[in-house]
Amino acid sequence: MRNTWTRRRGVLPGFGLTLGYASCYLALVVLVPLAALAAKATSMTWERFWTTVTEPRVVASYRLSLGASLAAALINAVFGLITAWVLVRYRFPGRRLIDALVDLPFALPTAVAGIALTSLYAGNGWFGRYLEACGVKVAFAPLGVMVALTFIGLPFVVRTVQPILEDLDPEIEQAAASLGATRRQAVVRVILPELWPALLTGFALAFARALGEYGSVVFISGNMPMRTEITPLLIVVKLEQYDTAGAAAIAVVMLAASFALLLAINVVQWRCLPAARGRV
Amino acid sequence: MSAIGAISGVQPGVAGSAALTEPRWVRASAIAVMLLFIGCFLVVPLAAVFVQALERGLGAYAAALVEPDALAAIRLTLLTAAITVPLNLVFGVAAAWGIAKFDFPGKSVLITLIDLPFAVSPVISGLLYVLLFGLHGWLGPWAAEHGIRIIFAVPGIVLATLFVTFPFVARELIPLMEAQGTDEEQAALALGAGGWQTFFRVTLPNIKWGLLYGVILCDARAMGEFGAVSVVSGHIRGQTNTMPLHVEILYNEYNFGAAFAVASLLAMLALVTLGLKAVVEVRSRRQLAEALRQRGREGEA
Repeated sequence: MRNTWTRRRGVLPGFGLTLGYASCYLALVVLVPLAALAAKATSMTWERFWTTVTEPRVVASYRLSLGASLAAALINAVFGLITAWVLVRYRFPGRRLIDALVDLPFALPTAVAGIALTSLYAGNGWFGRYLEACGVKVAFAPLGVMVALTFIGLPFVVRTVQPILEDLDPEIEQAAASLGATRRQAVVRVILPELWPALLTGFALAFARALGEYGSVVFISGNMPMRTEITPLLIVVKLEQYDTAGAAAIAVVMLAASFALLLAINVVQWRCLPAARGRV
Repeated sequence: MSAIGAISGVQPGVAGSAALTEPRWVRASAIAVMLLFIGCFLVVPLAAVFVQALERGLGAYAAALVEPDALAAIRLTLLTAAITVPLNLVFGVAAAWGIAKFDFPGKSVLITLIDLPFAVSPVISGLLYVLLFGLHGWLGPWAAEHGIRIIFAVPGIVLATLFVTFPFVARELIPLMEAQGTDEEQAALALGAGGWQTFFRVTLPNIKWGLLYGVILCDARAMGEFGAVSVVSGHIRGQTNTMPLHVEILYNEYNFGAAFAVASLLAMLALVTLGLKAVVEVRSRRQLAEALRQRGREGEA
């Protein structure tokens, strides 16, 4: 056992220094604070924990957070796939600019995205005035939450599907075509099955990101109790009421959900994408 | 319309072959759908920030930026980034060296732990430090006794930012350094170079683009973080307000012009980030591809 890993360890210097430093820093910045959360949550009795996380207002927020995140991730799966396809397969003026712009939601601070989207979809905004004339209320309604979460999750599907599409061997398509497949058959039966795991991963990443998102949503949602409150907002509300235990309890539920999602993503990656391991 | 005229298939040799690309109308409508989606969700919101920032003229725009509270917010944001980015940079390089250049049990667990902050909601990241240093937290009473303010003060903001930007540099470097292996470092050492010399003269030039890429992402997040910082800041004007928090306060006071003026600075930062990212990403990908190719060749030999 020892021999197998001292072989490489003996050659280069700095193993103890770098790994020791990295582990200490990791423990101080990440693990100790997470332990504080675990300690706070376990200091509550089970009944107290359960009543906190199943309060009607909290349950209403789960429903909105899950529903809006799911809808946003689905929109991103469909349009993200089209965007990735167009960016990889077609040539048109401005393609590289759009390719760079796709990462905007990663680079733009969420608060800026939040106020920009709110001003667009409010009753007097560029989009809002036409939408409200048609009777569709977006800002300060659940639909607004979905819009903000769509913005936030936009790059994930594009960026997971794009590299797979780029690496796809053109010979498979040529083979399909030469065996008599129509273009539609080749796309649906040959290309899409190859993209499926990446699409699923991108969808799950966008979903996970949307569940935890805060900055872009709080402006557009209007934060009405029972109607447009997302779960991360309730953590802030509990903190403002000096109920740190309640905030910790909701945080534990959210962390459990996102770790479960992360695990699911890893399972998809390991089972379906051996070539792309560690890429996302 | 000229955009659609210029459409062609990806492989020039077979572009005309109907079986290998989509019919012209499918290509055109796919591009149109994509442009509409990107336009509505990315371009228009971005344009809205600048239009509303400048709506009341350049004078009002400038006034909103040189007002003392805005300047204090800009200073605090720069200070936070100036502390957190170097700290996470040193960590990222150390972690990548330890993980990529050596084999040891528990490696994948360590990589998972490094990625952990990405799975945590920003609000929870802030909450963690409130639980740790708040009045009833583990270290809160001790800090209060010694007159150290962490929550609702600058150290809390720095710590929360440190947490949310923690993985950026490390996760860029680990795959890159793993692909590059240890051959060049071993050669340098065999020729008599010291450990630090090897790192600065051999390893660092090999990883510089990946490193820069990680730093750009880390910096953008450090300057733009909202949720985590908002929980620990206490929103004291002129003292614990970063730029994103200042935007929020102005917006909630219905001072939209000023809010969008400060927001436009952050949006410009985002555009600069995207530009740098596009340039550096190409080079960092090339570095990785080069390393993978070399490995492949060695594998064959």
